[in-house]
Amino acid sequence: MTRKIAVVSAGLSDPSSTRMLADKIVKAVLAELDVRDVRREARVLELRDVAHDITNNLLTGFAPKALAEINAYVAGADALIAVTPIFSTSYSGLFKSWLDALDREALEGTPVLLAATAGTARHSLAIDYAMRPLFTYLHAEPISTGVFAASSDWGAEADQVAPLQKRIDRAARELADRLAGSVAKQKLDPYDPEAYLDGGSFADLLTDLPTRG
Amino acid sequence: MSDTTWQGMQFGLMSVSDITRNPVTGETPSEAQRIRDIVTIAKHAEQAGLDVFAIGEHHNPPFFSSSPTTTLAYIAAQTERIILSTSTTLITTNDPVRIAEEYAMLQHLAGGRSDLMMGRGNTGPVYPWFGKDIRQGLPLAIENYQLLHRLWREDVVDFEGKFRTALNGFTSTPRPLDDVPPFVWHGSIRTPEIAEQAAYYGDGFFANNIFWPKEHYQRLIGLYRQRFAHYGHGAPEEAIVGLGGQAFMANSSQDAVDQFRPYFNAAPVYGNGPSMEDFTEMTPLTVGSPQQVIDRYAAMRDTFGDYQRQLFLMDHAGLPLKIVLEQIDFLGQDVVPVLRRELQKDRPANVPDGPTHAALVTAKYGDATPRQPRPNANRGDNVTGGSPYQDSESAFGKAANK
Repeated sequence: MTRKIAVVSAGLSDPSSTRMLADKIVKAVLAELDVRDVRREARVLELRDVAHDITNNLLTGFAPKALAEINAYVAGADALIAVTPIFSTSYSGLFKSWLDALDREALEGTPVLLAATAGTARHSLAIDYAMRPLFTYLHAEPISTGVFAASSDWGAEADQVAPLQKRIDRAARELADRLAGSVAKQKLDPYDPEAYLDGGSFADLLTDLPTRG
Repeated sequence: MSDTTWQGMQFGLMSVSDITRNPVTGETPSEAQRIRDIVTIAKHAEQAGLDVFAIGEHHNPPFFSSSPTTTLAYIAAQTERIILSTSTTLITTNDPVRIAEEYAMLQHLAGGRSDLMMGRGNTGPVYPWFGKDIRQGLPLAIENYQLLHRLWREDVVDFEGKFRTALNGFTSTPRPLDDVPPFVWHGSIRTPEIAEQAAYYGDGFFANNIFWPKEHYQRLIGLYRQRFAHYGHGAPEEAIVGLGGQAFMANSSQDAVDQFRPYFNAAPVYGNGPSMEDFTEMTPLTVGSPQQVIDRYAAMRDTFGDYQRQLFLMDHAGLPLKIVLEQIDFLGQDVVPVLRRELQKDRPANVPDGPTHAALVTAKYGDATPRQPRPNANRGDNVTGGSPYQDSESAFGKAANK
């Protein structure tokens, strides 16, 4: 079964270093999956393309078509690579707005590779104090290594001891291991009676009231 | 005039009772004005040949409709034919005993011209105001409706549940008109358990079909139809489906767009969001000529199957009374007569008509005389003597009641 990897980039410019980082990570992840003989596909999704849709979703409660397609791909993916610029000490507002508009259950149990970009390495911990709790709250499963790229990582001033590629490769291995050792994601359609009745009848709900609101 | 001989489809209005500033004049109607206007609107709907007037229930400004049965009973007294309904009645925060009593009263006063739609409500604070927790919305809807359903069908009810004080030997009065409970719709925009609930009881299901793309509601209605059959009430196409809708009309589509745009842009539900063009493309809102509205709504059955009730939201977003009445005239004169003709075509014979009290009475009694409950003399309690009504067996046999 082909494993699906959704790559979400919240970069705002074009080209953006956030997208560049996303591309480098997905390339490494795909290579690691190939080594493990895991059939795979990946799709890179740019939030800038649906920025207006995201705002409209927040205002109207439904996702316009382009955003709905992205969200459906993410919800059905076996893994997510989430890459955001760090603005004012945290993930970008667009990135958070997208997650706010995403179905609350969409990422439950999904392994996530966290990655971020910023001007300097002083923001690198934002992955762990801002992104990680967010995904934990959504019951996603972020892998332990996050990948942070500062502007300097793209030039001669890059970290020579633990270079960006080495950090990417480590995260890619972790994600690939997780995927190789897991079964493909099977999501029950919420409109399938199996999903909310668990094989029973509505009469069962009358005697054993559901716990969800 | 519209052809009212065909009972298959019921067309009407649904109001949320918002009191919204008119963005063109800058004026906000008073509560007193808006309440007078809603009566005018409902009466006008009947005169225009519409079949249903429904009003919502809210417990916070800028809405006025906290007590739908009061409003509907007043309208019932001033109309002859139109069915009075709700959009919606809060099954979560109301005591089901009070719903049973109030809507049975309304049903008597309206001569059977009333039904109601259950909803959970979407305003968070309403729950704590009535001592409830929004996180319990679904269990409340399930338990409360189970009790309501029994209160209208059993003369004496013993009940013990999670949310309400227990009942022992309780009789909800008055008994429903002709001992036939009001028809119930269950409304939901996203919860499959509510579609399941409607299917389980063989009640109607209503999709508000206003704010989101129609494909979203298609899944819930598809589920409801499938489960209606699963619970043995008939084929999927025999399930009772209602839809909301939204339109603004003028003789030319450009006039409609120009007239409605300021109201659209300032409307609380979609203002400052998508453009009116995008929103009308994505959702069933139609702004244009009556023919455009006919085309859009005649096609709804292609998505949802043949259905029984179509309600339009017309009095909202600060539209002044005069414009609302004009919109009702467009519906009554230009749109509904054509939709009746169109939707009658190719409608399978087993698709039921829109629900009415008369049809429910016939279904229950055939040619027999409907039950008319008459209480026994007051014994001071309901507990020791069996039924409190003369035509039912008491604990000591029928003779004991005489």
